[in-house]
Amino acid sequence: MSENPTELTRREFFGLTASAVFVYGFHVPASGAGEPAKDAAFAPNAFIRIDDQGTVTFISPQVEMGQGVYTSLAMMVAEELDANWSKVRVEHAPPNAKLYFNPMLGVQATGNSNSIRAFWKPLRQASATTRACLVEAAAGTWKVPAAECRTQEGKVIHDRTQRTLDYGSLVTAAAAITPPKDVPLKDPATFRLIGHPVKRLDTPDKTNGRAKYGIDARPPGVRIATLAKSPVLGGKVGRVDDSRARALPGVRQIVVLDDLVAVVGDHMWAAKQGLAALDIAWNDGSNGAVSTDLIWSRLREASKRDGAVAKEVGRVSDVFAQGDVATAEYEMPLLAHVTMEPLNCTVHVTPTSVEVWTGTQVMTRVQGEIAKGANVPESQVTVHNHLLGGGFGRRLEADMAYDAARIAKQVKGPVKVVWTREEDIRHDYYRPAYHTILAARLDRGRIAGWKHKVSGSAVLARWLPPAFQKGVDPDGVDSAADIPYDIPNYRVEFNREEPPGVNTAFWRGVGPNNNVFAIESFMDELARSAGQDPIAFRRAHLDKVPRLQAALDLVKQRSGWGTPLPQRCGRGVSAQTSFGSFLATVVECEVDEAGEVRLKRVTTAVDTGLPVNPDTIAAQLQGGLIFGLTAALYGQITLKDGRVEQSNFHDYQMLRMNQVPPIEVHVIRSAELPGGIGEAGTASAVPALRNAIYAATGVALRRMPIDSKLLAKTVRT
Amino acid sequence: MIALNINGQRREVDVPPDMPLLWVLRDVLGMTGTKFGCGMALCGACTVHLDGQAIRSCMTPVSAIGQAKITTIESVGATPNGAKVQKAWLDLEVIQCGYCQSGQIMSATALLDTNRHPSDADIDAAMAGNICRCGTYPRIREAIKRAAAEG
Repeated sequence: MSENPTELTRREFFGLTASAVFVYGFHVPASGAGEPAKDAAFAPNAFIRIDDQGTVTFISPQVEMGQGVYTSLAMMVAEELDANWSKVRVEHAPPNAKLYFNPMLGVQATGNSNSIRAFWKPLRQASATTRACLVEAAAGTWKVPAAECRTQEGKVIHDRTQRTLDYGSLVTAAAAITPPKDVPLKDPATFRLIGHPVKRLDTPDKTNGRAKYGIDARPPGVRIATLAKSPVLGGKVGRVDDSRARALPGVRQIVVLDDLVAVVGDHMWAAKQGLAALDIAWNDGSNGAVSTDLIWSRLREASKRDGAVAKEVGRVSDVFAQGDVATAEYEMPLLAHVTMEPLNCTVHVTPTSVEVWTGTQVMTRVQGEIAKGANVPESQVTVHNHLLGGGFGRRLEADMAYDAARIAKQVKGPVKVVWTREEDIRHDYYRPAYHTILAARLDRGRIAGWKHKVSGSAVLARWLPPAFQKGVDPDGVDSAADIPYDIPNYRVEFNREEPPGVNTAFWRGVGPNNNVFAIESFMDELARSAGQDPIAFRRAHLDKVPRLQAALDLVKQRSGWGTPLPQRCGRGVSAQTSFGSFLATVVECEVDEAGEVRLKRVTTAVDTGLPVNPDTIAAQLQGGLIFGLTAALYGQITLKDGRVEQSNFHDYQMLRMNQVPPIEVHVIRSAELPGGIGEAGTASAVPALRNAIYAATGVALRRMPIDSKLLAKTVRT
Repeated sequence: MIALNINGQRREVDVPPDMPLLWVLRDVLGMTGTKFGCGMALCGACTVHLDGQAIRSCMTPVSAIGQAKITTIESVGATPNGAKVQKAWLDLEVIQCGYCQSGQIMSATALLDTNRHPSDADIDAAMAGNICRCGTYPRIREAIKRAAAEG
């Protein structure tokens, strides 16, 4: 890292060897099921349980899908509780929207990069209140004023009489105390855990095969199923010849539903072989002629409409009436999530109950979809959540649970429904395709007027209907309606147009991905037409956002911005305030004569407020950037005859080890409220790379993914 | 019955001969540390060692294994390089969702078993078959070098 006093140092990221050893004893329960409450336990709220051995169990409302929240949220709890960190455990919360709803979403969900932001206050409040009860219990035991007691490392201490009591010995007395209200929170200056590097709780078992994901669930007697869904969205099963499949060893049952066929076997191999041996005739239905061209022609046509006004400041029409207006149109493709853990859900239907094992970002929705699929009341459905082998928004949907329940209803005993990678890619809920029109007028090198129109899916209209008001999807205009640049007159419109033949959904960075790409690409084009350096041009419009200015200054310094590069190499910048974090990225790339892009270096500077577990911030940005670069270089779902054409990693490619350049992340020391970080890097990487290509070749790409044919040297004029 | 040598133990399984080792491990023997990612040897999540060599178990028919010694993520920590790799993975906080990491650790260990001090190019060549969707590649590279430096 660096010696810059405004940045966190390397030691602050990785900590000391001693602290690494100190935490290895930690343990995340391997099974999805929570341990039953001990007889003598103090559970003053839904998040915390302390047993008579002093073990603190944090019941996490947010799920662990790699982003590190089991550790960072547990740190927030342990901080205000003054717990002994070596005695902290984490459990998955059960489905219970009342107890475990996400305050920023209103539902029990892990998404939108907001776990820390949403629970920053409530979790610390719950923990401070719990601590106050323990102090009160000790003070009562000792007959001393509570104000004379302090807490440290899982103990209440009375200094004057040199007495201490472990939290474990106080659980019964603490349980009898009425929790006080409005307990003050710690002064951040006194934090012992928050802001200091802590090793993750979930990772040791991920090095030795012990970590359990949904796909690893093996309830006794479980059979394995795999499925074929109608290749065309909305299509139906016509006729099935299963005679060859039935004859295969290990195949136990063929389940034929309205819209899918599943083969149940002793193991996945039998299920897969069985599925391949089926002869299924599908009735494609009304989407059988959908193609990528149709989706784009409809979206482009729709983009000519006026959109619903999401934001209006000043009078952009008056400014545009004064003369030259620059206009550009940007397009983003449909994208698949492709979590490394293929979709799966294990369900056991009995006459009186339904038990479910899976990994999901939406516990209560899984419970609801299972109830619907198995046709039972929700109260009969138990869901065991697991570690998620990637989420990225795919597991904000519960379609896989609904399908699994309908299949399991036909099967005696538990059945694990595992999707093949091909089904996973072809039946995703895709990141929407977007068409964006930007227009701006420059006046003496400054932006005087700006118009931004987004056309595409309204994911929230389906996923959280109350959030969709007056034709505006807040996610669709996220990072556009709140553009950081100081522009006196601007207007942002949203134009809902749902594509035929595909479902669309959230994806890592969804709305901001599109908007930051369009805005930051256009900013580079405007800077060029104003004859200004791209960083200087942005900075001049950010006097009211000093945190982003500081990130730009730091990334400029660290990236070698402005130093000479060989021919056909370039640096590109992007800046954003998405997810409550202030982020600037510089990508350096080389474009060869055939138009192939090689990544050379990525530098990011971020002010994400007070860091909880600093190294997790760096890790999320590194990963988020690679996720975005992958999409920019390769990501594209296409359709022909209503069918998704991609199917596995050979035709839906990922960046690999040999293609990933050095990535530096610089975290700015900050005492502001924590921001979100999981999706921020993804949004920033795409325009930074696009602008690096612009600098290297002069070609202003306006569509993703990158089309190397447009970048070949012969194309250049 | 097919006899296999898995992590130093003889295991007999009654499965079709063309069944890939991956499903024998996961669905028959309950060893779920080895992961399914693609089924086409494209992603490396299912990597195990066959006589010390990294192979993709999703495309390796169980009948082709014979007497070869199979090592999986569950026991790779008992080997010197496996233990070093696991420790380096934790020291540098490589892991995010972790789903691909069994395969990454198996590939990295096999690399160090044949190459004590791999260069960046060696790491690229040995690890390019293992996809990580969380984007932990920079840390994997650093952790391999850390493990190699342990000597």
